[in-house]
Amino acid sequence: MSEPALAERDRPRSPTGDTLTMVRRSVRLSSRNLEAMLTSVMLPAMIMLLFVYLFGGAIETGTAYLTYVLPGVLILCMGFVSAQTAVSVTQDMEEGIIDRFRSMDVSGAAVLGGHVAASAVRNTVATVILLLIAVLIGFRPTAGPVEWLGAIGTLLLFVLAMSWLAAAFGLLARTPEGANGFAFFVMFLPYPSSAFVPIETMPGWLHGFARNQPVTPVIETLRGLLTGTPIGNSAWLAAGWCAGLVLVSTVLAAVLFRRRTA
Amino acid sequence: MAVDLAIEVAGLEKSFGAVSVLSGVDLTVRRGSVFALLGPNGSGKTTTVRILATLSRADAGVARVAGLDVVHDRHRVRRRISLTGQYAAIDGLQTGEENLRMMAWLCGLRGRQASERAGELLDRFGLADAGRRRVKTYSGGMRRRLDLAASLVGRPSVIFLDEPTTGLDVRSRQAMWEVVTDLAGSGVTVFLTTQYLEEADRLADRVAVLDGGRVIAEGTSAELKARVAGYLLDLTAVDATAFGELVRAAGGRAASTDPAALNLGVTTDGTAPDVRALLGELDPAGERIGHFTIRTATLDDVFITLTGHAAEPGHTRPTEETVHV
Ligand SMILES: Nc1ncnc2c1ncn2[C@@H]1O[C@H](COP(=O)(O)OP(=O)(O)OP(=O)(O)O)[C@@H](O)[C@H]1O
Ligand SMILES: [Mg+2]
Repeated sequence: MSEPALAERDRPRSPTGDTLTMVRRSVRLSSRNLEAMLTSVMLPAMIMLLFVYLFGGAIETGTAYLTYVLPGVLILCMGFVSAQTAVSVTQDMEEGIIDRFRSMDVSGAAVLGGHVAASAVRNTVATVILLLIAVLIGFRPTAGPVEWLGAIGTLLLFVLAMSWLAAAFGLLARTPEGANGFAFFVMFLPYPSSAFVPIETMPGWLHGFARNQPVTPVIETLRGLLTGTPIGNSAWLAAGWCAGLVLVSTVLAAVLFRRRTA
Repeated sequence: MAVDLAIEVAGLEKSFGAVSVLSGVDLTVRRGSVFALLGPNGSGKTTTVRILATLSRADAGVARVAGLDVVHDRHRVRRRISLTGQYAAIDGLQTGEENLRMMAWLCGLRGRQASERAGELLDRFGLADAGRRRVKTYSGGMRRRLDLAASLVGRPSVIFLDEPTTGLDVRSRQAMWEVVTDLAGSGVTVFLTTQYLEEADRLADRVAVLDGGRVIAEGTSAELKARVAGYLLDLTAVDATAFGELVRAAGGRAASTDPAALNLGVTTDGTAPDVRALLGELDPAGERIGHFTIRTATLDDVFITLTGHAAEPGHTRPTEETVHV
């Protein structure tokens, strides 16, 4: 059994190829973690049913409650699905596979990018399932093709923002359990926003936070695109928030990755 | 630099916070040879390997691998080396074949070539049947084999193996030894760390002993064994008086004493004439020794002989001068 070494010849490297390989890897790992996927779809679906059938009657929003609450449920779901990126990243860092990748000259950007891309794929699957359930129980969006495109764009931007933020958080956490804490944070964020009840019905001291936190403009934009409510400047605010979060998170992730692997 | 050196290390230092782990490590490894870094838990073996494999930066000193500086030329170094860490680094949720194919892609192979390379390595490591199973279901030994296979995908010229056989049973360990021997035969340079003297003895052309952040002994395994006996004759005295007499008779040859157990370890080369002579000399009348066993020297014995202290996990302190043997 001989093993001819590539004596002094460099192995060819391809950063784009590496990134694609990492995307395939992360998507495959996600697709085999069925429990996580089921939880991510079931939980928001249950919350949707809970709000629509249990609380819906008592909440006065001016439209059918399902129509009102769906964008919020979508955002809740995406936040939760994206947050799992943190767990994947922490596992890679703690279980030593990152050392193997680095010793093969695979960049941190390729590894993290793979996880974010996989998050986008998971989110797509979860969103489609949630929308199907919503339509089954009576959700009737008014959106035309242009509005749908806009909604998909908004969701994608939000997913990127949350996934990169989760990736950065995953680099901070030392255990997968710790990384899971990010999911809780993300799960709570939609509550003090216009996701489930109009902000005006909240106590006065919450208005400032609820109006100005990133989730509110994203939800208002989605609601406007899907069900025809006024959007105002929410679209710009949403785009600004998400782009800003992506920028901050990727820079943070780059710094943390360098620090973790020094 | 000399052309035939695969690894050159000079004055390597590394601290984590206030804890100094390496305090001036010097090493050279000839191209195509097998080099073993021997040391107890916490002696800095993994730290050394990580620096050489470009994963960690030394605080001081220089290291060249395949003729290239591990800091400035790290990207080129990475294309010539592979690292098999102390803990298996493969995806449990992918199959063995998928893991290897992924490594092949990362090494620039595509399509058929990647699949063929994966299949070849699965065969070679006796994993052909398990190749389509998720790695999660593999035994510890299978995992280590796959891990090593993964590091060979890119045909590296320098291979780092961090404790490749720790936690393996005898059969898996021997299989691993065969692989390393094969690799060495093909002109690849192997740098491995181990806690087992026997392993270093079996595999390595040269051995260095790491302790207290320095290389305290370096040489061929034969040279090292000449300094540190390969075997120990463990004697159990019949009573405390006999024990005292045995210790006096053994003098400097006593490698270890345990008065509570009436136990005395004496160095020997393990041959029948030597053992017979020792028994006769220490117990001429045949009334002091209750029973005896012969065992291969452990790393602890090496340490006691070389440093005069037992190998303790995680200790760091300045050591005596390097013994060149
Ligand atoms: N990242 C780190 N931060 C702080 N201390 C560290 C770090 N890495 C290693 N150490 C310390 O450095 C010392 C040497 O560790 P190293 O892992 O190199 O030892 P080793 O010889 O490989 O041990 P083992 O046989 O247990 O694998 C240990 O005391 C360890 O606690
Ligand atoms: Mg170690």
